[in-house]
Parts: sequence; C-alpha cells; structure tokens
Amino acid sequence: MSGVILKVDDLRVSFATEDGVVQAVDGVSFELTAGEILAIVGESGCGKSVTAQTLTGLTRATNARITGSVNYRDRELNGLSDHQLCDVRGEQISMVFQDPMCALNPVYRVGDQIAEMIRAHRDVSKRKAQARAVELLRSVGIPNPDRRARHYPHEFSGGMRQRVMIAMALALEPDVLIADEPTTALDVTIQAQILQLIDRLNRERGLAVILITHDLGVVAEVADRVLVMYAGQVVEDATLDEIFYAPKHPYTWGLLGSLARLDQPRTARLVQIPGAPPSLLAPPSGCRFAPRCSHVFEECTVLPPLESRTGGMHLDRCWLDADEKAHHGGLRTRGA
Amino acid sequence: MARFVARRLLGMFAVLFAISVIVFLIFNVIPNSDPAARIAGKNADPALIARVSADLGLDQPLPIQYLTMMKQIFTGQLTSYAKDRNVVEQIWEGLPATFSLCIGAAVLWMSLAIVFGYLSAVHAGRFTDRALTILSLVGISMPVFWLAAMLLYFLSFMVELFPTGSYVPLSENPLDWAYHLILPWFTLAVLFVGLYSRVLRSNMLDAMNEDYVRTARAKGLSERQVRIRHVLRNSMIPIVTLFGLDFGMVVGGGAILTETVYNLDGVGLYAGEAIRSLDLPPLMAVVMFGAFFIVLFNTIVDILYAVLDPRIRLGEAAPA
Repeated sequence: MSGVILKVDDLRVSFATEDGVVQAVDGVSFELTAGEILAIVGESGCGKSVTAQTLTGLTRATNARITGSVNYRDRELNGLSDHQLCDVRGEQISMVFQDPMCALNPVYRVGDQIAEMIRAHRDVSKRKAQARAVELLRSVGIPNPDRRARHYPHEFSGGMRQRVMIAMALALEPDVLIADEPTTALDVTIQAQILQLIDRLNRERGLAVILITHDLGVVAEVADRVLVMYAGQVVEDATLDEIFYAPKHPYTWGLLGSLARLDQPRTARLVQIPGAPPSLLAPPSGCRFAPRCSHVFEECTVLPPLESRTGGMHLDRCWLDADEKAHHGGLRTRGA
Repeated sequence: MARFVARRLLGMFAVLFAISVIVFLIFNVIPNSDPAARIAGKNADPALIARVSADLGLDQPLPIQYLTMMKQIFTGQLTSYAKDRNVVEQIWEGLPATFSLCIGAAVLWMSLAIVFGYLSAVHAGRFTDRALTILSLVGISMPVFWLAAMLLYFLSFMVELFPTGSYVPLSENPLDWAYHLILPWFTLAVLFVGLYSRVLRSNMLDAMNEDYVRTARAKGLSERQVRIRHVLRNSMIPIVTLFGLDFGMVVGGGAILTETVYNLDGVGLYAGEAIRSLDLPPLMAVVMFGAFFIVLFNTIVDILYAVLDPRIRLGEAAPA
C-alpha cells in the first residue's frame, strides 16, 4: 500500500450547551491511505458526521471546542482559519453530503455551481469552467450533460442530484472524497448506482474515500476498511473482511446481527441491540456500550475499555478475552 | 406566464372597482360632505345650493354619479369641486416630485438596509450587531412627521445646511434637485432601513445554517463569496417581496406626510389638500392612482419572485 495521506489523532469535538458539555467526538484516531475506501459506521448521533465535517473545519458552531490533530500530507488542518482552509477544501479534500436537495443551492443552475467551484480555485474563463462542468456531469453518468448543466437542482431526481454533487466534488481532482451518508436519502437501486460510481472513481483515479454511513450493506459493497463508532468513540477498526467475518467488539456483533439477510432462513424478527445509545452529556463510565452489552462483566462498568491490536491492523476496545472474541459474531457463510 | 399576467390584470380591475365604490360610498355617508353647500357659501339659500348641486350633477342618483365620475377619471376630464381644476392633470403634474422622492428614497433604503442587515448578520451577537439593532429600532420608532420636523429645524433652520423643502425639477437643475431631496429621501427611508435590515439579518442567519452554505464552504469558496453569493443572494428573496409592496404603497400615497412637511408638489401633497377640503374628485382619483400602483407592484413582485427563485412557477399548481 502507498502512504498515509490523512492522519487523524485523538480528535475531540465537544459542544457547550445549556445542559452541559456534549462530547460528540471523543478521541477518534485513524489513518487514511491513498486510494483506500474507509467506511465509518455507527448509529445516528455516534459522532461520525461531526468527525467528517471537522476534518475540513466545517464544524463551525461557536460553542464547539475542537482538539486533536488532523494531519493532511504533513500539514496540520485543525486550527486553521477558513481562509487558510480554502485551498484544501474542494481542491484536496472534497465533500458530498447526505441530502442532495438541500446541499445544492436552489437558485443557481447546477452547471454554474460546479463552475463556481472551479473558478474559486483556478484562473479560468467562465466558458472554460462551464465546459469542464459539462464534462464532469458526463463523467458521473448524467445523460444530456449539455442541457442538464443549465437546469436547476429541483429539476433533478435525488439520484441525479447526488451525481451532480459528486461531479462537483471531483471537479478539481481531489485526493480525498468525504461522503457523508451519500446514499441515505436515495432509493435502493439508485443507492447501488451511486456506490458503483464511487467505487469506479476510487479504482480509476485512485481517489481515497471516507464513507460515512449507518448502513452495513453499503459498507460491504465498497469499503476496504471499516471504523465502527459508538457514542463518540472508535470501538473497532479493521479491514472489511475482518469486520464481517471476524469482528471482535460486541457492538459490531450486534450491528451484524441486525442485518436483514437473504441467505438465511427468515426469523420472525431481526435481532436488535437492546436499549438506546447513551447521552453524550453524561456518558457511562467505563465502556460506553456496557449498559447494552450482553457480555458485560465487572471491569466494563468501571474501567475504560482495553485497546487491543491483533494482526497489526485490527483494533478493538473491549475487555473480553481473545478466545471469547474469536468465538462470537461474524457472518459465517463462507463454509464456516 | 401570459395567463398569470392576464389573471392579475383582471384582478386589478376588480380591486380598483371595489376600492372606488367604497371610497364613493364613504364620501356620501360622512356628515357635512355635501360640496354644493360648501361651494354655495355660508349663508346661501336652499335654491342656490340646489342650483350648484345641479351644476355638479349631484342631484342625480348615486349610481349615475358614480358612473359619470369613473368615466371622467378614465377620460381625464374629472374636475375638482372646490377649485374647478382638472384633477388628472394635477396628478400628472405631481408625478415628477412623487417619483423623484420615492425612487430616491427606495434606492437609499434598499442599499442601507442591505449593508446594515449584512453587517448585522455577519457580526451577529457582537458590538456591530447590537449597535445596528438599536439604530434600526430607533429608526422604526420615529414618526415621519416628527423626524421631518426635527431635521428641518436643526439642519435647515438652525444650521442652514439644507434647503427647507420645495421641489426643483430634475430637468431644471440636477444638482439642486438632489440637494433639495436629500432630507426628504432620508426621512422617508429611515423606517424602511430599520425594518428591512432586521428582516434581512434574520433571513441571513437562517440561511447560514442551510446545507447549501455548508456545501459552498466545502467547495473552498472564500467566506466573502459564501456570504454574498449564497447567504445574501438567497436571503434577498423575501426582501424583494417586501420592497415591491412597500414601494407601491409609498408611491400610492405613503409619502403624503413627507411631501407635506417638505412642501414637495407631489401627488401626496395634492391628496392631503383634497382630504382637508373633502373634495371628492381629487380624492377618488388619488385613491385610484394609489391602488393602481399597489396592485401593479404586487404583480411585478410575483413575477420577480419567479425570476429570483427558479422553483416557483407562475400560474401552475405547485409540484408535490
């Protein structure tokens, strides 16, 4: 594998609210290698979107406090001003958001919105930027790109809008694409098309992708590596295969258990993880998943979970011993 | 689009008709409004009053009187009861002053409101914002007649910085025209600057939380570009609506006070005189004139709205 391009170290984001400090992201660390698709998975409110937005300084609430390091190609991004971040945003790290209806400005033509981005970074004529926009729209599979570039966002379907967003994000050939729930607002068939598009761009251009999602199905389709987040913390970080076939953390087991599966007899109900994620105002001491965990024992509620690495890259935070971890979970379909 | 405009024009006639009927009826039921009695003089005998009445056509039944008056308005032949002068001509003569006042004030109030609202929103919660908030509340609270009187007293009577009013035609001397209008423009604009900058501020603060603004930042646009091209542009849509309505209102009679205090020979001043002397023909004509502009600008606003926000299509059912 080629080198690490983005290294996040002990990232913490907290919001001061009237009720107290909400620790939305609590010590997240990970590395992104060039050309890799890294999925960040977790329930709503686990801090995955905040993590993603903080990477390029888009967490802007005045009550937010951000510490830790976001290192992009040996350049520290955390703490830079908007002005200093302008040449990183879009140029090196691009973003695609969840709801493409709201993420595009309703009053400008999509071609103009893409051209605007190009002209913000490159000294090219309007006409050239427009031509490039059309070309980009074509490259993400929008039919009649010449005509469509002159349309407004509301004249596109959800899937097409997301394609526009992706075209825009790719306009300046960035190194990294951060896709924050890019398929959540879309139909399943459209979802597959968008994922295939991301996958294709990853393979053809060596684009590194951080894919934020709560959907393990999405993860399985494209990701190389998976980061499982729970209540603001990373609980497991492993390759796709390891997550699906040898997961170590009880929360990951729970997520896998709640997948609807076509390859197994239908049970009456999907397995669910009992309880609800903890409030981030006053998270439980010890392991945050302990109150919902069926394997909980004494240490879990008292001490912060043990961080262990196996096989070099596979990280998890859990007190269970290795044997027990090896026994559980995973999708045992490959002849196991 | 064409259907929309046609429907609006039809609506305009309905509005004008309703307003004219109402004004006509009000005039006929208020006490001491019989123009014949006043024209005939204090100690006139009933025969004289009857003759004046017949001269003015006031002995006819009300519907006939109404129709005659409407016909005269639209053929430009309406004359005043009190002064025996052609009403439509007089309104026509008042137009330059009124439009000079209103257009100038509108330019002033829109530009100041945009600057103030923008600064307020960008510095929300900080000193600039608070200072501008207080300033606009003061502006909103000051009655026009009082403000005008104060300005006249201090700036043209005490300090003699500005002329005490009256209108100099633009064609005569453009510099003098502007010089004479500075105080009136300011007076008329103050209220709107306050209101609009408040509205713009809150629109902008809302817009700043929109997803497309986050996208704009993620694209790597500078903060200025984000604010002007995305936040401000989208926040202007409601302001334009307000502007259309208020501008129509100001042209159609909202400038009466300003014109009166500064003695500008406009439609407003004329309307003021007509009201004081309970003179129906000019009153009716001025009301129709005002209503026409208000309805006209309403229509223009609706069309402009569709231009500013491409999601809006005129005359069609909204897509689900």
